[in-house]
Amino acid sequence: MINYFKEILVGFWSLLAGMAVTIRYFTKPIVTVQYPREKIPMSPHYRGYPQLIIDPETQTHRCIACEMCSRMCPSQLIAVEGAKFPGEKQKRATKYIHEHYYCSLCGLCTEVCPTSALEYSAVYRLAGYRREDAVIDHLLLLQQRQQAAGLPVTPVPTEADIAAAAAAEAAAKEAKEKEAKAKAAAAKKPGPGEEVKE
Amino acid sequence: MDMLASTLGTEGARMIVGLIGVIALVSVNALFLIWMERKVSAHMQLRPGPMEVGWHGAIQTIADALKLMGKELITPEEVDRPVYYLAPVVVFLPVLLTFLVIPFSQKMIIKDMNVGIVLILAFSTLSVLAILMAGWSSNNKYSVFGAIRSVAQNIAYEIPLLVTVMSIILMVGSFKLTDIVAAQGRYWFILVQPLAFILYIICATAETNRTPFDLPEAESELVAGFHTEYSGMRFALFFLAEYTNMFIVSAVATVLFLGGWHGPILPGFIWFLIKVYALIFLIMWFRWTFPRVRFDQLVTFAWKILIPLSFANLLITALFLKLF
Repeated sequence: MINYFKEILVGFWSLLAGMAVTIRYFTKPIVTVQYPREKIPMSPHYRGYPQLIIDPETQTHRCIACEMCSRMCPSQLIAVEGAKFPGEKQKRATKYIHEHYYCSLCGLCTEVCPTSALEYSAVYRLAGYRREDAVIDHLLLLQQRQQAAGLPVTPVPTEADIAAAAAAEAAAKEAKEKEAKAKAAAAKKPGPGEEVKE
Repeated sequence: MDMLASTLGTEGARMIVGLIGVIALVSVNALFLIWMERKVSAHMQLRPGPMEVGWHGAIQTIADALKLMGKELITPEEVDRPVYYLAPVVVFLPVLLTFLVIPFSQKMIIKDMNVGIVLILAFSTLSVLAILMAGWSSNNKYSVFGAIRSVAQNIAYEIPLLVTVMSIILMVGSFKLTDIVAAQGRYWFILVQPLAFILYIICATAETNRTPFDLPEAESELVAGFHTEYSGMRFALFFLAEYTNMFIVSAVATVLFLGGWHGPILPGFIWFLIKVYALIFLIMWFRWTFPRVRFDQLVTFAWKILIPLSFANLLITALFLKLF
Protein backbone atom coordinates (compact mmCIF):
# COMPACT_ATOMS: atom_id res chain seq x y z
CA MET A 1 0.00 0.00 0.00
CA ILE A 2 2.84 2.38 0.87
CA ASN A 3 4.62 1.33 -2.29
CA TYR A 4 1.50 2.12 -4.31
CA PHE A 5 1.35 5.71 -3.09
CA LYS A 6 5.11 6.09 -3.23
CA GLU A 7 5.08 5.01 -6.87
CA ILE A 8 2.35 7.53 -7.68
CA LEU A 9 4.15 10.38 -5.92
CA VAL A 10 7.54 9.56 -7.44
CA GLY A 11 5.96 9.25 -10.87
CA PHE A 12 4.14 12.54 -10.47
CA TRP A 13 7.34 14.24 -9.35
CA SER A 14 9.18 12.93 -12.42
CA LEU A 15 6.42 14.34 -14.64
CA LEU A 16 6.83 17.74 -13.00
CA ALA A 17 10.59 17.57 -13.46
CA GLY A 18 10.11 16.87 -17.16
CA MET A 19 7.71 19.79 -17.48
CA ALA A 20 10.22 22.07 -15.75
CA VAL A 21 12.77 21.18 -18.44
CA THR A 22 10.44 21.96 -21.33
CA ILE A 23 9.25 25.25 -19.86
CA ARG A 24 12.84 26.29 -19.32
CA TYR A 25 13.54 25.65 -22.98
CA PHE A 26 10.31 27.45 -23.92
CA THR A 27 11.69 30.68 -22.43
CA LYS A 28 15.15 30.35 -23.96
CA PRO A 29 15.96 32.37 -27.10
CA ILE A 30 15.66 30.49 -30.37
CA VAL A 31 18.81 29.16 -32.01
CA THR A 32 17.76 28.60 -35.63
CA VAL A 33 17.98 31.27 -38.34
CA GLN A 34 15.56 32.08 -41.16
CA TYR A 35 17.85 30.56 -43.73
CA PRO A 36 17.57 32.29 -47.09
CA ARG A 37 17.43 35.68 -45.39
CA GLU A 38 19.77 35.08 -42.47
CA LYS A 39 22.99 33.07 -42.62
CA ILE A 40 25.46 31.99 -40.02
CA PRO A 41 29.21 32.42 -40.71
CA MET A 42 30.92 29.21 -41.76
CA SER A 43 33.69 27.72 -39.69
CA PRO A 44 37.19 28.39 -41.11
CA HIS A 45 37.67 24.63 -41.37
CA TYR A 46 34.71 24.16 -43.67
CA ARG A 47 35.71 22.28 -46.82
CA GLY A 48 33.98 23.79 -49.82
CA TYR A 49 35.45 23.60 -53.32
CA PRO A 50 39.11 24.66 -53.58
CA GLN A 51 39.89 28.23 -54.55
CA LEU A 52 43.03 30.30 -55.16
CA ILE A 53 44.54 31.97 -52.11
CA ILE A 54 44.99 35.74 -52.28
CA ASP A 55 48.62 36.15 -51.18
CA PRO A 56 48.77 38.80 -48.45
CA GLU A 57 52.07 40.21 -49.82
CA THR A 58 51.51 40.34 -53.56
CA GLN A 59 47.70 40.57 -53.25
CA THR A 60 47.28 38.12 -56.11
CA HIS A 61 47.35 34.35 -56.57
CA ARG A 62 50.46 32.18 -56.32
CA CYS A 63 49.66 29.70 -59.12
CA ILE A 64 52.68 28.89 -61.29
CA ALA A 65 50.71 26.70 -63.71
CA CYS A 66 52.74 23.59 -62.91
CA GLU A 67 49.60 21.49 -63.50
CA MET A 68 50.26 19.25 -60.51
CA CYS A 69 46.68 19.67 -59.35
CA SER A 70 45.37 18.88 -62.79
CA ARG A 71 47.37 15.66 -62.88
CA MET A 72 46.56 14.73 -59.28
CA CYS A 73 42.81 15.20 -59.54
CA PRO A 74 41.17 11.72 -59.34
CA SER A 75 38.24 12.85 -61.49
CA GLN A 76 40.35 14.99 -63.84
CA LEU A 77 38.25 18.10 -63.39
CA ILE A 78 40.99 20.75 -63.36
CA ALA A 79 42.39 22.39 -66.49
CA VAL A 80 45.29 24.78 -66.02
CA GLU A 81 47.16 26.74 -68.67
CA GLY A 82 50.01 29.10 -68.04
CA ALA A 83 52.49 31.28 -69.82
CA LYS A 84 55.74 32.94 -68.99
CA PHE A 85 55.56 36.68 -69.23
CA PRO A 86 58.56 38.84 -70.01
CA GLY A 87 60.29 40.14 -66.93
CA GLU A 88 58.98 37.31 -64.69
CA LYS A 89 60.98 34.42 -63.42
CA GLN A 90 58.20 31.83 -63.27
CA LYS A 91 55.20 30.83 -65.32
CA ARG A 92 51.84 32.26 -64.29
CA ALA A 93 48.35 30.79 -64.74
CA THR A 94 46.40 32.19 -67.67
CA LYS A 95 43.46 29.84 -67.27
CA TYR A 96 42.27 27.81 -64.26
CA ILE A 97 38.99 25.98 -64.85
CA HIS A 98 37.53 23.66 -62.23
CA GLU A 99 34.51 21.60 -63.29
CA HIS A 100 33.02 21.29 -59.88
CA TYR A 101 30.10 18.97 -60.64
CA TYR A 102 32.05 15.74 -60.10
CA CYS A 103 34.33 17.14 -57.43
CA SER A 104 34.37 14.91 -54.34
CA LEU A 105 36.12 17.61 -52.30
CA CYS A 106 38.98 15.15 -51.60
CA GLY A 107 41.42 18.03 -51.28
CA LEU A 108 44.32 16.36 -53.12
CA CYS A 109 44.79 19.48 -55.28
CA THR A 110 45.31 21.72 -52.27
CA GLU A 111 47.74 19.24 -50.74
CA VAL A 112 49.86 18.68 -53.81
CA CYS A 113 50.25 22.35 -54.75
CA PRO A 114 53.99 23.22 -54.51
CA THR A 115 53.33 26.91 -53.87
CA SER A 116 50.32 26.33 -51.56
CA ALA A 117 48.17 28.38 -53.91
CA LEU A 118 44.89 26.60 -53.11
CA GLU A 119 42.62 26.63 -50.07
CA TYR A 120 39.13 25.38 -49.24
CA SER A 121 36.41 27.95 -49.75
CA ALA A 122 33.52 28.41 -47.32
CA VAL A 123 30.91 28.26 -50.08
CA TYR A 124 28.09 25.76 -49.42
CA ARG A 125 25.34 26.94 -51.75
CA LEU A 126 26.41 24.85 -54.72
CA ALA A 127 23.08 24.16 -56.43
CA GLY A 128 22.68 25.27 -60.04
CA TYR A 129 20.20 25.04 -62.87
CA ARG A 130 22.59 23.73 -65.52
CA ARG A 131 25.79 21.72 -65.56
CA GLU A 132 27.63 24.84 -66.72
CA ASP A 133 26.72 26.55 -63.43
CA ALA A 134 29.14 24.21 -61.68
CA VAL A 135 32.11 25.13 -63.89
CA ILE A 136 34.23 27.60 -61.98
CA ASP A 137 36.74 29.88 -63.68
CA HIS A 138 39.05 30.49 -60.77
CA LEU A 139 40.77 33.55 -62.20
CA LEU A 140 37.40 35.30 -62.60
CA LEU A 141 36.39 34.14 -59.12
CA LEU A 142 39.66 35.56 -57.79
CA GLN A 143 38.84 38.90 -59.42
CA GLN A 144 35.43 38.92 -57.75
CA ARG A 145 36.91 38.13 -54.37
CA GLN A 146 39.59 40.79 -54.79
CA GLN A 147 36.91 43.30 -55.67
CA ALA A 148 34.88 42.29 -52.63
CA ALA A 149 37.94 42.65 -50.40
CA GLY A 150 38.86 46.03 -51.92
CA LEU A 151 42.18 44.79 -53.32
CA PRO A 152 43.70 45.61 -56.74
CA VAL A 153 42.22 43.22 -59.29
CA THR A 154 44.56 40.85 -61.05
CA PRO A 155 43.85 41.09 -64.81
CA VAL A 156 43.20 37.83 -66.63
CA PRO A 157 45.65 37.60 -69.55
CA THR A 158 43.86 37.82 -72.91
CA GLU A 159 44.71 35.71 -75.98
CA ALA A 160 46.74 38.60 -77.38
CA ASP A 161 48.68 38.95 -74.13
CA ILE A 162 49.44 35.26 -74.17
CA ALA A 163 50.50 35.40 -77.87
CA ALA A 164 52.70 38.43 -77.17
CA ALA A 165 54.18 36.70 -74.15
CA ALA A 166 54.82 33.57 -76.24
CA ALA A 167 56.41 35.67 -78.99
CA ALA A 168 58.55 37.50 -76.47
CA GLU A 169 59.46 34.15 -74.93
CA ALA A 170 60.33 32.74 -78.34
CA ALA A 171 62.34 35.84 -79.21
CA ALA A 172 64.15 35.64 -75.89
CA LYS A 173 64.79 31.96 -76.47
CA GLU A 174 66.10 32.67 -79.95
CA ALA A 175 68.27 35.43 -78.61
CA LYS A 176 69.55 33.10 -75.95
CA GLU A 177 70.18 30.37 -78.49
CA LYS A 178 72.03 32.84 -80.69
CA GLU A 179 74.04 33.94 -77.76
CA ALA A 180 74.77 30.36 -76.85
CA LYS A 181 75.74 29.60 -80.46
CA ALA A 182 77.91 32.65 -80.56
CA LYS A 183 79.50 31.54 -77.34
CA ALA A 184 79.97 28.06 -78.69
CA ALA A 185 81.43 29.43 -81.87
CA ALA A 186 83.66 31.67 -79.86
CA ALA A 187 84.68 28.69 -77.81
CA LYS A 188 85.41 26.65 -80.94
CA LYS A 189 87.51 29.38 -82.48
CA PRO A 190 90.58 29.29 -80.38
CA GLY A 191 92.05 32.51 -79.27
CA PRO A 192 95.46 33.48 -80.50
CA GLY A 193 96.97 33.13 -77.12
CA GLU A 194 95.80 29.54 -76.70
CA GLU A 195 97.21 28.53 -79.97
CA VAL A 196 100.45 29.78 -78.84
CA LYS A 197 100.16 27.77 -75.74
CA GLU A 198 99.61 24.58 -77.62
CA MET B 1 -32.42 41.11 -34.03
CA ASP B 2 -35.85 42.62 -33.28
CA MET B 3 -37.39 40.93 -36.29
CA LEU B 4 -35.86 37.64 -35.24
CA ALA B 5 -37.14 38.12 -31.72
CA SER B 6 -40.66 38.88 -32.89
CA THR B 7 -40.86 35.83 -35.17
CA LEU B 8 -39.05 33.28 -33.03
CA GLY B 9 -39.45 34.68 -29.55
CA THR B 10 -36.51 35.78 -27.39
CA GLU B 11 -35.41 32.24 -26.73
CA GLY B 12 -35.28 31.31 -30.42
CA ALA B 13 -33.45 34.51 -31.36
CA ARG B 14 -30.94 33.83 -28.62
CA MET B 15 -30.40 30.31 -30.00
CA ILE B 16 -29.80 31.47 -33.57
CA VAL B 17 -27.48 34.35 -32.67
CA GLY B 18 -25.68 32.08 -30.22
CA LEU B 19 -25.17 29.30 -32.76
CA ILE B 20 -23.78 31.74 -35.32
CA GLY B 21 -21.45 33.05 -32.63
CA VAL B 22 -20.45 29.50 -31.68
CA ILE B 23 -19.66 28.53 -35.26
CA ALA B 24 -17.53 31.67 -35.60
CA LEU B 25 -15.83 30.93 -32.29
CA VAL B 26 -15.15 27.32 -33.26
CA SER B 27 -13.45 28.26 -36.53
CA VAL B 28 -11.44 31.15 -35.11
CA ASN B 29 -10.49 29.03 -32.10
CA ALA B 30 -9.24 26.20 -34.32
CA LEU B 31 -7.23 28.60 -36.48
CA PHE B 32 -5.70 30.17 -33.40
CA LEU B 33 -5.03 26.87 -31.61
CA ILE B 34 -3.25 25.31 -34.58
CA TRP B 35 -1.02 28.38 -34.80
CA MET B 36 -0.50 28.32 -31.03
CA GLU B 37 0.35 24.62 -31.07
CA ARG B 38 2.97 25.17 -33.74
CA LYS B 39 4.44 28.15 -31.91
CA VAL B 40 4.52 26.38 -28.54
CA SER B 41 6.11 23.27 -30.01
CA ALA B 42 8.62 25.38 -31.92
CA HIS B 43 9.71 27.45 -28.95
CA MET B 44 10.10 24.36 -26.78
CA GLN B 45 12.48 23.07 -29.45
CA LEU B 46 14.36 26.40 -29.68
CA ARG B 47 13.09 27.31 -33.14
CA PRO B 48 10.76 30.13 -34.22
CA GLY B 49 7.93 28.12 -35.86
CA PRO B 50 5.90 29.56 -38.75
CA MET B 51 7.22 33.03 -39.61
CA GLU B 52 6.36 33.58 -43.28
CA VAL B 53 2.62 34.25 -43.69
CA GLY B 54 1.51 37.32 -41.75
CA TRP B 55 2.98 38.63 -38.51
CA HIS B 56 4.96 35.73 -36.99
CA GLY B 57 3.03 33.35 -39.24
CA ALA B 58 -0.30 34.41 -37.74
CA ILE B 59 -2.36 33.60 -40.85
CA GLN B 60 -0.40 30.49 -41.79
CA THR B 61 -3.36 28.35 -40.68
CA ILE B 62 -5.70 30.21 -43.05
CA ALA B 63 -3.32 29.40 -45.90
CA ASP B 64 -3.30 25.76 -44.79
CA ALA B 65 -7.10 25.69 -44.55
CA LEU B 66 -7.39 27.11 -48.09
CA LYS B 67 -5.03 24.42 -49.31
CA LEU B 68 -7.13 21.73 -47.59
CA MET B 69 -10.31 23.10 -49.21
CA GLY B 70 -8.67 22.92 -52.62
CA LYS B 71 -7.81 19.27 -52.18
CA GLU B 72 -9.61 16.38 -53.79
CA LEU B 73 -11.92 14.39 -51.51
CA ILE B 74 -10.58 10.91 -52.09
CA THR B 75 -12.93 8.04 -51.29
CA PRO B 76 -11.19 4.66 -51.31
CA GLU B 77 -12.89 1.86 -53.31
CA GLU B 78 -13.84 -0.53 -50.53
CA VAL B 79 -15.10 1.82 -47.84
CA ASP B 80 -18.53 1.53 -46.25
CA ARG B 81 -19.81 4.64 -47.99
CA PRO B 82 -22.71 5.93 -45.82
CA VAL B 83 -20.80 5.45 -42.59
CA TYR B 84 -17.62 6.82 -44.12
CA TYR B 85 -19.37 10.00 -45.27
CA LEU B 86 -21.26 10.41 -41.99
CA ALA B 87 -18.31 10.06 -39.58
CA PRO B 88 -16.83 13.56 -40.01
CA VAL B 89 -20.29 15.08 -39.48
CA VAL B 90 -20.93 12.94 -36.40
CA VAL B 91 -17.61 13.93 -34.92
CA PHE B 92 -18.34 17.62 -35.41
CA LEU B 93 -22.02 18.03 -34.48
CA PRO B 94 -21.89 17.05 -30.77
CA VAL B 95 -18.92 19.35 -30.40
CA LEU B 96 -21.10 22.24 -31.56
CA LEU B 97 -23.98 21.18 -29.30
CA THR B 98 -21.91 21.26 -26.12
CA PHE B 99 -21.36 25.00 -26.62
CA LEU B 100 -25.07 25.45 -25.83
CA VAL B 101 -24.49 25.32 -22.10
CA ILE B 102 -20.98 26.73 -21.64
CA PRO B 103 -21.23 29.98 -19.64
CA PHE B 104 -18.73 32.44 -21.09
CA SER B 105 -19.92 35.01 -18.58
CA GLN B 106 -22.94 35.59 -16.37
CA LYS B 107 -25.08 36.58 -19.38
CA MET B 108 -23.18 35.00 -22.30
CA ILE B 109 -24.75 31.57 -22.30
CA ILE B 110 -27.05 30.28 -25.02
CA LYS B 111 -29.27 28.14 -22.84
CA ASP B 112 -28.74 27.73 -19.13
CA MET B 113 -29.98 24.15 -18.74
CA ASN B 114 -30.35 22.48 -15.37
CA VAL B 115 -28.50 19.41 -16.71
CA GLY B 116 -25.62 21.41 -18.20
CA ILE B 117 -22.64 19.34 -17.10
CA VAL B 118 -24.39 16.07 -17.88
CA LEU B 119 -25.20 17.30 -21.38
CA ILE B 120 -21.58 18.23 -22.04
CA LEU B 121 -20.27 14.89 -20.78
CA ALA B 122 -22.91 12.96 -22.74
CA PHE B 123 -22.27 14.72 -26.02
CA SER B 124 -18.49 14.74 -25.79
CA THR B 125 -18.66 10.95 -25.44
CA LEU B 126 -20.34 10.79 -28.86
CA SER B 127 -16.99 11.62 -30.49
CA VAL B 128 -15.90 8.06 -29.66
CA LEU B 129 -18.78 6.79 -31.78
CA ALA B 130 -17.60 8.97 -34.66
CA ILE B 131 -14.05 7.69 -34.30
CA LEU B 132 -15.31 4.11 -34.30
CA MET B 133 -17.43 4.84 -37.39
CA ALA B 134 -14.47 6.41 -39.19
CA GLY B 135 -12.11 3.61 -38.28
CA TRP B 136 -14.49 0.79 -39.11
CA SER B 137 -15.84 2.20 -42.37
CA SER B 138 -12.38 3.02 -43.74
CA ASN B 139 -11.73 -0.71 -44.26
CA ASN B 140 -8.11 -0.26 -43.31
CA LYS B 141 -6.35 -2.24 -40.61
CA TYR B 142 -4.61 0.81 -39.17
CA SER B 143 -7.87 2.73 -38.97
CA VAL B 144 -9.56 -0.17 -37.18
CA PHE B 145 -6.69 -0.40 -34.72
CA GLY B 146 -6.93 3.30 -34.07
CA ALA B 147 -10.68 3.07 -33.51
CA ILE B 148 -10.37 0.06 -31.18
CA ARG B 149 -7.75 1.82 -29.10
CA SER B 150 -9.86 4.94 -28.96
CA VAL B 151 -12.90 3.06 -27.67
CA ALA B 152 -10.93 1.14 -25.02
CA GLN B 153 -9.21 4.32 -23.91
CA ASN B 154 -12.39 6.35 -23.72
CA ILE B 155 -14.24 3.71 -21.74
CA ALA B 156 -11.31 3.51 -19.33
CA TYR B 157 -10.99 7.25 -18.87
CA GLU B 158 -14.67 8.18 -18.87
CA ILE B 159 -15.17 6.60 -15.44
CA PRO B 160 -12.58 8.59 -13.46
CA LEU B 161 -13.64 11.71 -15.35
CA LEU B 162 -17.28 11.31 -14.33
CA VAL B 163 -16.42 10.39 -10.74
CA THR B 164 -14.14 13.40 -10.45
CA VAL B 165 -16.81 15.71 -11.80
CA MET B 166 -19.22 14.09 -9.35
CA SER B 167 -17.18 15.27 -6.37
CA ILE B 168 -17.55 18.88 -7.54
CA ILE B 169 -21.26 18.41 -8.13
CA LEU B 170 -21.59 17.04 -4.58
CA MET B 171 -20.09 20.26 -3.26
CA VAL B 172 -22.40 22.49 -5.29
CA GLY B 173 -25.53 20.38 -5.37
CA SER B 174 -26.46 21.37 -8.93
CA PHE B 175 -25.75 20.27 -12.51
CA LYS B 176 -26.19 23.83 -13.71
CA LEU B 177 -22.89 25.32 -14.89
CA THR B 178 -23.85 28.84 -13.82
CA ASP B 179 -24.57 27.54 -10.29
CA ILE B 180 -21.18 25.83 -10.18
CA VAL B 181 -19.42 29.06 -11.18
CA ALA B 182 -21.52 31.14 -8.78
CA ALA B 183 -20.52 28.81 -5.92
CA GLN B 184 -16.88 29.75 -6.55
CA GLY B 185 -17.38 33.41 -5.74
CA ARG B 186 -15.17 33.32 -2.65
CA TYR B 187 -12.56 30.69 -3.61
CA TRP B 188 -11.86 28.50 -6.61
CA PHE B 189 -12.52 24.78 -6.26
CA ILE B 190 -8.96 23.97 -7.37
CA LEU B 191 -7.90 25.09 -3.86
CA VAL B 192 -10.10 22.57 -2.08
CA GLN B 193 -10.01 19.87 -4.75
CA PRO B 194 -6.43 19.84 -6.13
CA LEU B 195 -6.43 16.05 -6.61
CA ALA B 196 -9.69 16.25 -8.52
CA PHE B 197 -8.19 18.91 -10.79
CA ILE B 198 -5.14 16.79 -11.57
CA LEU B 199 -7.31 13.73 -12.24
CA TYR B 200 -9.64 15.77 -14.42
CA ILE B 201 -6.78 17.19 -16.53
CA ILE B 202 -5.27 13.73 -17.01
CA CYS B 203 -8.63 12.27 -18.06
CA ALA B 204 -9.36 15.25 -20.30
CA THR B 205 -6.04 14.77 -22.06
CA ALA B 206 -6.95 11.15 -22.65
CA GLU B 207 -10.51 12.03 -23.75
CA THR B 208 -9.24 14.46 -26.38
CA ASN B 209 -6.67 11.91 -27.61
CA ARG B 210 -3.77 14.21 -26.92
CA THR B 211 -0.22 13.14 -26.16
CA PRO B 212 0.78 11.25 -24.00
CA PHE B 213 -2.51 9.39 -24.62
CA ASP B 214 -2.69 9.83 -28.41
CA LEU B 215 -2.63 6.12 -29.19
CA PRO B 216 -5.64 6.26 -31.57
CA GLU B 217 -3.59 8.37 -33.97
CA ALA B 218 -0.08 7.25 -33.09
CA GLU B 219 1.64 8.08 -36.33
CA SER B 220 4.70 5.94 -35.70
CA GLU B 221 2.54 2.81 -35.34
CA LEU B 222 -0.76 3.47 -37.11
CA VAL B 223 -0.03 5.98 -39.90
CA ALA B 224 -2.73 8.47 -38.79
CA GLY B 225 -5.01 6.07 -36.94
CA PHE B 226 -8.73 6.41 -37.54
CA HIS B 227 -8.44 9.26 -40.08
CA THR B 228 -5.81 7.61 -42.28
CA GLU B 229 -8.21 7.33 -45.23
CA TYR B 230 -9.69 10.81 -44.96
CA SER B 231 -8.49 13.71 -47.08
CA GLY B 232 -9.30 17.33 -47.79
CA MET B 233 -12.15 18.93 -45.85
CA ARG B 234 -13.27 15.64 -44.27
CA PHE B 235 -9.87 15.39 -42.62
CA ALA B 236 -10.11 19.07 -41.71
CA LEU B 237 -13.38 18.38 -39.85
CA PHE B 238 -11.66 15.76 -37.67
CA PHE B 239 -8.91 18.25 -37.03
CA LEU B 240 -11.40 20.99 -36.21
CA ALA B 241 -13.26 18.66 -33.84
CA GLU B 242 -10.03 17.73 -32.05
CA TYR B 243 -9.11 21.35 -31.37
CA THR B 244 -12.66 22.27 -30.42
CA ASN B 245 -12.72 19.32 -28.00
CA MET B 246 -9.61 20.74 -26.41
CA PHE B 247 -11.44 24.02 -25.98
CA ILE B 248 -14.46 22.28 -24.46
CA VAL B 249 -12.56 20.20 -21.90
CA SER B 250 -10.60 23.30 -20.90
CA ALA B 251 -13.82 25.33 -20.64
CA VAL B 252 -15.37 22.65 -18.43
CA ALA B 253 -12.24 22.59 -16.26
CA THR B 254 -12.46 26.38 -16.00
CA VAL B 255 -16.06 26.16 -14.89
CA LEU B 256 -15.46 23.33 -12.43
CA PHE B 257 -12.14 24.32 -10.89
CA LEU B 258 -10.97 27.78 -11.91
CA GLY B 259 -13.98 29.91 -11.07
CA GLY B 260 -15.33 30.46 -14.58
CA TRP B 261 -15.86 34.13 -15.29
CA HIS B 262 -14.77 35.32 -11.83
CA GLY B 263 -11.84 37.72 -11.85
CA PRO B 264 -11.01 41.32 -11.06
CA ILE B 265 -11.16 44.37 -13.40
CA LEU B 266 -11.54 42.65 -16.78
CA PRO B 267 -15.00 41.63 -18.02
CA GLY B 268 -16.11 38.07 -17.27
CA PHE B 269 -15.79 36.45 -20.66
CA ILE B 270 -12.21 37.73 -21.05
CA TRP B 271 -11.30 36.08 -17.75
CA PHE B 272 -13.02 32.93 -18.96
CA LEU B 273 -11.04 32.87 -22.21
CA ILE B 274 -7.75 33.62 -20.42
CA LYS B 275 -8.31 30.64 -18.11
CA VAL B 276 -9.35 28.37 -20.99
CA TYR B 277 -6.30 29.22 -23.08
CA ALA B 278 -4.00 28.83 -20.08
CA LEU B 279 -5.36 25.30 -19.64
CA ILE B 280 -4.96 24.62 -23.36
CA PHE B 281 -1.36 25.77 -23.05
CA LEU B 282 -0.97 23.27 -20.21
CA ILE B 283 -2.26 20.47 -22.45
CA MET B 284 0.12 21.55 -25.24
CA TRP B 285 2.92 21.65 -22.70
CA PHE B 286 2.10 18.01 -21.85
CA ARG B 287 2.28 17.12 -25.52
CA TRP B 288 5.80 18.46 -25.97
CA THR B 289 7.07 17.00 -22.69
CA PHE B 290 5.78 13.46 -22.32
CA PRO B 291 6.39 10.52 -24.62
CA ARG B 292 3.41 8.43 -25.71
CA VAL B 293 2.48 5.67 -23.26
CA ARG B 294 2.19 2.04 -24.29
CA PHE B 295 -1.31 0.61 -24.52
CA ASP B 296 -1.03 -1.66 -21.48
CA GLN B 297 0.43 1.22 -19.46
CA LEU B 298 -2.49 3.39 -20.55
CA VAL B 299 -5.16 0.95 -19.42
CA THR B 300 -3.27 -0.04 -16.25
CA PHE B 301 -2.92 3.61 -15.31
CA ALA B 302 -6.64 4.20 -15.73
CA TRP B 303 -7.91 1.15 -13.85
CA LYS B 304 -5.25 0.84 -11.14
CA ILE B 305 -4.51 4.48 -10.33
CA LEU B 306 -7.05 6.94 -11.71
CA ILE B 307 -10.24 5.08 -10.83
CA PRO B 308 -9.27 4.20 -7.20
CA LEU B 309 -7.98 7.73 -6.63
CA SER B 310 -11.09 9.36 -8.04
CA PHE B 311 -13.37 7.15 -5.91
CA ALA B 312 -11.27 7.91 -2.84
CA ASN B 313 -11.54 11.61 -3.65
CA LEU B 314 -15.32 11.30 -4.00
CA LEU B 315 -15.61 9.46 -0.68
CA ILE B 316 -13.45 11.97 1.16
CA THR B 317 -15.45 14.85 -0.32
CA ALA B 318 -18.71 13.25 0.74
CA LEU B 319 -17.35 12.62 4.23
CA PHE B 320 -16.21 16.22 4.63
CA LEU B 321 -19.55 17.55 3.39
CA LYS B 322 -21.38 15.34 5.86
CA LEU B 323 -19.16 16.28 8.79
CA PHE B 324 -18.86 20.04 8.31
